[in-house]
Amino acid sequence: MTQFNSYETVIGLEVHVELHTASKIFCGCSTSFGAPPNTHTCPICLGHPGVLPVLNRQAVDYAMKAAMALNCTIADVSKFDRKNYFYPDSPKAYQISQFDQPVGENGWIDIEVNGVTKRIGITRLHLEEDAGKLTHVEGGYASLVDFNRVGTPLVEIVSEPDLRSPEEAKAYLEKLRAIMQYCDVSDVKMEEGSLRCDANVSLRPWGQEKFGTRAELKNMNSFRGVQRGLEYEQMRQADILDSGGTVVQETRRWDDSQSKTFSMRGKEESHDYRYFPDPDLVQLHIDSEWKERVRASIPELPDARQARYTTEYGLPVYDAGVITSSKKLADFFEESLGYTQDAKAVSNWIMGDLLAYLNQNNKEIDAVRITGQGLGEMIGLLEKGTISGKIAKTVFKEMLESGKLPQQIVEEQGLVQISDEGAIKGIVEKVVAANPQSVEDYRAGKEKAIGFLVGQVMKESRGKANPGLANKLLVDYLNR
Amino acid sequence: MSITVQDVEHVANLARLELSAEEKEQFTGQLNAILKYAEKLGELDTEGVEPTSHVLPVTNVMREDAVKESLSNETALQNAPDDEDGQFKVPAVLE
Amino acid sequence: MALFDMRLQELHNELASGKLSAAELTEASFKRIAETDQRIGAFLALNEEGARARAAELDRAGAEKGLLHALPAGIKDNIVTQGLRTTCASQFLSNYDPIYNATAAGKLSTAGAVTIGKLNMDEFAMGGSNENSSVKPVRNPWNTDYVPGGSSGGSAASVAAGQVYFALGSDTGGSIRQPASYCGVVGLKPTYGLVSRFGLVAFASSLDAIGPVTKNVEDSAYVLQAIAGHDGMDSTSANVSIPDYISSLTGDVKGLRIGVPKEYMGQGIDPKVKESVQAALKVFESLGATWEEVSMPHTEYAVATYYLLSSSEASSNLARFDGVRYGVRADNPDNLIDLYRKSRSQGFGQEVKRRIMLGTYALSSGYYDAYYLKAQKVRTLIKRDFDQAFEKYDLLLGPTAPTPAFRLGDQVGDPLAMYMNDIVTIPVSLAGVPAISVPCGFADGLPVGLQLIGKAFDEATVLRAAHAFEQNTDHHKARPQL
Repeated sequence: MTQFNSYETVIGLEVHVELHTASKIFCGCSTSFGAPPNTHTCPICLGHPGVLPVLNRQAVDYAMKAAMALNCTIADVSKFDRKNYFYPDSPKAYQISQFDQPVGENGWIDIEVNGVTKRIGITRLHLEEDAGKLTHVEGGYASLVDFNRVGTPLVEIVSEPDLRSPEEAKAYLEKLRAIMQYCDVSDVKMEEGSLRCDANVSLRPWGQEKFGTRAELKNMNSFRGVQRGLEYEQMRQADILDSGGTVVQETRRWDDSQSKTFSMRGKEESHDYRYFPDPDLVQLHIDSEWKERVRASIPELPDARQARYTTEYGLPVYDAGVITSSKKLADFFEESLGYTQDAKAVSNWIMGDLLAYLNQNNKEIDAVRITGQGLGEMIGLLEKGTISGKIAKTVFKEMLESGKLPQQIVEEQGLVQISDEGAIKGIVEKVVAANPQSVEDYRAGKEKAIGFLVGQVMKESRGKANPGLANKLLVDYLNR
Repeated sequence: MSITVQDVEHVANLARLELSAEEKEQFTGQLNAILKYAEKLGELDTEGVEPTSHVLPVTNVMREDAVKESLSNETALQNAPDDEDGQFKVPAVLE
Repeated sequence: MALFDMRLQELHNELASGKLSAAELTEASFKRIAETDQRIGAFLALNEEGARARAAELDRAGAEKGLLHALPAGIKDNIVTQGLRTTCASQFLSNYDPIYNATAAGKLSTAGAVTIGKLNMDEFAMGGSNENSSVKPVRNPWNTDYVPGGSSGGSAASVAAGQVYFALGSDTGGSIRQPASYCGVVGLKPTYGLVSRFGLVAFASSLDAIGPVTKNVEDSAYVLQAIAGHDGMDSTSANVSIPDYISSLTGDVKGLRIGVPKEYMGQGIDPKVKESVQAALKVFESLGATWEEVSMPHTEYAVATYYLLSSSEASSNLARFDGVRYGVRADNPDNLIDLYRKSRSQGFGQEVKRRIMLGTYALSSGYYDAYYLKAQKVRTLIKRDFDQAFEKYDLLLGPTAPTPAFRLGDQVGDPLAMYMNDIVTIPVSLAGVPAISVPCGFADGLPVGLQLIGKAFDEATVLRAAHAFEQNTDHHKARPQL
């Protein structure tokens, strides 16, 4: 096994985020996802002869907002350039992008890995248009192009080579996603391609200042894919270096099913993009008034929320970090607090049952039906003793699936906790009679046996017996 | 600066043009003549001169984010040299 | 008097009185084309069905009568017309049927003009003789052994030959003015941004302008009135108020201050051309205008600047012609790259390839600063020459082209010599200001054009001076014998 520990890994990420404007960046076609092929196109985004682009104001506002949230300096003067290359998904054979005057530069975000906070530099954020989508015909004899996506506004966010491990890269990407979500500029769904990530990876011996030769990694289509791809690449390069070889500067493609990266050399030509200012578009002059207007639209960001949750609600830093890593989750948390005072309990339910369920089913919070109100009210029922902790788990599961409120579930299914001593006593008698061995064990001093007997009472009551009361009545009964 | 047949081949590749040997020779000569003529710009001191990419003093031209009707799939493909399943068809793109 | 020699107002009076119909005008146009175009080669496509239907519509009682009501118009084939084949005289687009309409073409229709057909040109507007049309060369109506100029050679020749009442052309470095000069008609290049470029197939986006080609200045004012104006589809369209060009034709140029750039009258200018221009100055003097010589020191750098900038932009603008979404795709390509290479190589002519090569080179890594950026900086200096001159003068005056038309084939194979024909039109394009070419005499039986150059968005002064000159001369009344 290779010792990549003998090298320091250096990673920089290039992240593309689709902005969720209603229309495309340079024409009025819809940006909505999933329409039949080539039904969201017009002469402009199809690159017909004679067409001209006109910039979508909302795309610029979103890009500025994202750049500000990433602590970038916003340009006073920005412009668009043409990046020239031939590819069937690029109708004009150039992409309108930004070369030397991006919307934002010199930003940073903080990430946390293993309890250590680290600041990652952001080189630049620029605005550009997305390409169309290529698919390959079965049999491999042809490719088909759908231009629905072409012209969707994108921001490309380039990090400094400040990341030192795949975990850091993943944390950075997650933080970036959270910030974009908070700013409400993108759907940031990797599976729909509204968040995409390429990486530059290199290794160098510890203590060496000069960067090693890097490989550019493409096609990592999930957060897990990013981490796995980087881990693989780290290993691959270490193997080469260990055996005295040299890493080749090239683009490599991550294949998730084979868990390997493959060289794209030979399939990709050396590029000379011949950037020059797009003469069809005019400069952007961004004055302080415009900047302030956009700045005022930025909501509380994840770091600020995390800090607030720890100070205001006393949540552990880790829990607050997990909850605020997703805006929807954090909003859910806050909605729950409208129905219960017990923030700690809400946090515990989120960190426990909720996230376990979401992770298991690979879902996000908006894909399940439970509401913050439901969780808050359920915690209220627990506090009042209306339901037991065990029943609560059943109610919670039901809320995830049906979205019903806990009171309704409890009523419909008769799940109200039994706290009536007489009723429980009857069950206790029944259980004692049915388990003479355990009773004997208990009386012989095996205290543990009481646990089994309480369990039997709960089982007999279909979980509805108040467990504390059941315990007390059992002990009383046996000690008579 | 003088350009060679190899330069012409490189540029033709960037521009996705296929040139015959004759054309390569011809373009090498003609481009050299034009570029030699263009060298006269070097006579001018342009230190500190702002480049002009636009003569119009216009900035911040933008449109509102409103969706307009798109073309039908049929119209979008109307001029396509080859198509299949509502999409533009090209020889296989290798990955 | 030929129908199309009538003044626009007279024609409209005839139409209003019912002595003439749009249908008759349209038929007259098609008839004249049938009689003459075999020899001229101005048209690439005729819109017979569409024009007749449109004329019938205009003849219907109650039809709105626009500024250009019922006037038969030709449109240069790089201006996109929905439903009417648009090829830019290129084999690559020989099967292209536009799915949208250029703003300028739409404005012509709105103003009541009848689109007769699409006019021949140098392929993708690259050229100054019309010999670069991939279909056929256009010939000069004054002498069919001579070129009509270019790239709007079809537009100029068609108007000169009386085939249409007026035409639209496009001008990037002189492509309206120079053929107008060679063919003895009036050609106006408006200020960059005055007329929308939406639907003009881009050659050099920072220079391209659509403008009218007409028999006289008054018609030029009418057509400009119809096509000028802000367009939300073109980010480089100027948001300025449009004056009444027609009422600016007062005939009065008293006190007008004219500058004559000495560089426009220097080496390389045919003595006979110079004589005609000097005679024109006398006319202006007699009308109470004053003139003096001015220096535009950066003129000699304009041609090199222009070819670097326009070719660079063109190399990118023409990249979309890749054979994927429209146009002629080469047969049996080996693979995708082969498809690109073959389609483009088979679809483009020599001049187009040459410019793409030059532009690609000028933008390529390692050369950008030396060529493209340098040229952009020199463009600034050239523009400053104009800014300074216009501090002192209302108008600049010179020849439109250094010589009259030359013989077909004379300059083939020497691109640099061909580029020099634009030496006095190119600086104007680089500065983005308006200029008109009006007939000012003949040299060896071929027309000579006078160029009047105005301040940005001051087309009114340009038209007024050109009109005053025309009113006091007869050059524009001469017609070729066909």
